[in-house]
Amino acid sequence: MSRTEAADSPALHDPSGGGGLMEVLRHRYLLKLLVRKEVKVRYQGSLLGMGWSYVQPLTRFMVYFLIIGVVLGLNRRVPNFAVHIVAGMVFVQLFSETFSSATRSVVRNKSLVRKVGLPREMFPVASVLVSAVNIVPGLVILFLAALLTGWHPTWHFPALLLAFALTSVWGFGVGLLFSAFNVYYRDFSKVVQIITMILPWSSPMIYAYEMVRDRLGQFPWALEIYLANPVSEAVMLSQQALWVPTLDRTRHAETGVLDMASHLYERSLILLAVGVVFVWFAQKVFTRLEASFAEQL
Amino acid sequence: MSTMIRMESVSKQFTLRHAKTLKRMTHRAIRGKPLKDSFYAVRDVSFDVDAGEAIGLMGHNGSGKSTLLKMVSGVMRPDDGRVGVGGKIAGLIEVGAGFHPDLTGRENVYLNAAIIGMTEKEIDRKFDTMVEFANIGKFIDTEVRHYSSGMYMRLGFAVAVHAECDIFLVDEGLAVGDAPFKRKCMRKIREVREQGTTIFLVSHSPKQVQKLCDRALVLKEGSLVFDGEPAEAARFLNDPSDDGDGTDEETDF
Repeated sequence: MSRTEAADSPALHDPSGGGGLMEVLRHRYLLKLLVRKEVKVRYQGSLLGMGWSYVQPLTRFMVYFLIIGVVLGLNRRVPNFAVHIVAGMVFVQLFSETFSSATRSVVRNKSLVRKVGLPREMFPVASVLVSAVNIVPGLVILFLAALLTGWHPTWHFPALLLAFALTSVWGFGVGLLFSAFNVYYRDFSKVVQIITMILPWSSPMIYAYEMVRDRLGQFPWALEIYLANPVSEAVMLSQQALWVPTLDRTRHAETGVLDMASHLYERSLILLAVGVVFVWFAQKVFTRLEASFAEQL
Repeated sequence: MSTMIRMESVSKQFTLRHAKTLKRMTHRAIRGKPLKDSFYAVRDVSFDVDAGEAIGLMGHNGSGKSTLLKMVSGVMRPDDGRVGVGGKIAGLIEVGAGFHPDLTGRENVYLNAAIIGMTEKEIDRKFDTMVEFANIGKFIDTEVRHYSSGMYMRLGFAVAVHAECDIFLVDEGLAVGDAPFKRKCMRKIREVREQGTTIFLVSHSPKQVQKLCDRALVLKEGSLVFDGEPAEAARFLNDPSDDGDGTDEETDF
C-alpha cells in the first residue's frame, strides 16, 4: 500500500475537507449525475413529461399578455409586447429558480449532508445547473417568437450571454449564501418566496424601462437602486438582443419606449464583477457555517 | 507503522435550542430561562490508529460513538482538537445515501457509488460484482420504489462494501438483511481486513468486537475510558443488561 508508507502526520489530512468550490470541481462526475437525476425526476410519473416545461412559461406569458397587455392596454404603448415580456421573463425566471432552488438545496439533501462527507457546495452548484437546463424551453419559445415577429441579427446579440452570466452568477451567489442560512432558520426560504414574487415587477419585464425612468426621474437615487438589481440589467440586455431588432427604430424613436438604461453594458459588466466578488464572499460565509450543518439538520 | 487515523484531544459540543421561534425566545428571556444548553457529545478524545489495525469502538447509546465516527468520516467537524486521516475513507455508514425512489437500481448504484467517492471507471468495472453481491438480478433496471426494503438495503450495502479505500468504517447498528446476507457482509469485511485495510468498527456488541478487532476503545458519556484488548473492553463496558454475552440486542452477522 504505497499510500500508507508515508511516515506519520504530514500524510494525514482533515477528512472534513473545507476545500469549497474548488473541491466541487474535483467531483465533476458526481455533479453530472446529480444534475441528471434532478432533471429526470422532475417530471417523472406525469403524462406530459417534459411537455410541462413548455406549459408553465406559456401560461405565465399568457396571463401577463392578456391581462396587462390586452385588458390594461399596455400593448398599445409597447410595440411587439409579447416578445418584450418573454425576453425579460426568461431571465427573471432563471434568477428566481436558481435563487430559490439553491436556497433549499442543502436542507433538501439533508439525508446526504448528515451522512456523507461531501463538499456541501455541491448542492447549490447542482441547483444552478438544473435551473440553467430548465430555462431552455423558455429560450426556445423566446427565439421562435422573436423570429416570427421579424427578428434579425444585430451586434447586440451577444448581450444574451452577458444576461445569462449576470443572472446565474448573482442567483448562485445569493442562493449559496441563503442555502447556509436556511439550515439554521427556514425563514430564509420564505424570504426567497417574497423576493421572487416581487422580481417580475421590480425589473422592466412587463412595462418599458422608459416608464419607470420617467416616474423616478426626480429621485435619481431611487433609479440607481432600481438599476442596482442585476435582474433589471439582464432583462434589458435580453430585450436589446431580441426585442429591439424586431422593431422599426425610426418609428418608435420619439416615444422613448425603446430606451434602455444609460451605459447598459458598462453597468452590466460592473455588476457582473461585483457578482463574482459576492460569490467569493458567500463561499466564505458558507464554509464557516458549514462546520455545524450536520448537527443542525 | 504509519498512522491512519489520528484524534488529538477532539471535542464536540452540541447545542440544544429550547426556543425555535421569536415568540418562544421572548417568553423564555422574560422569565430568565436559558435559550439554549450545550453539552459535550465527545470530550477530549485522543487516539491513533495504525495502518492495518482493526479497531472496535464501543459504548452505550448516547456515549458519543456516532459523533466520533462522523468526525472520522468528515461529516462533522470538531469544535476543539484535530482529526487527521491518512487515506481514502469508505464503509458501511452511509448505506443507500442518496438513493432516489424514482431512479432505477442501475442509476442509483452509479449515483450512490459516486456519492461515496468512486470514480466512473471504478463503478463500471465493479458494477456486475455489486449487482451480484446484492442479489438483485433482473430487477436492476426497475425503479427502486418497487423494491422490497431488503432489496433496497442490500443494494446499498453492495455498493458500500465495494468502494476502494484505506480506512473502512463500519457502523454495526446498520447491519440489516436476513442471516445469509449478514454472513456475506461479514465475510466481505474480513476480506477487506485481510487486504490490510484499516477497519474502524462501531458497535455495542462486545462479541462482535472480539470476533473482528484486535483493539477496542470504550466511550462513556463522550470520554474515552478504555483503550486496549477487546476481551478486557467487554468487561469494562460492564453493564448488567449487556455484560459480554448479550443476546437480544446484538446483531449477529
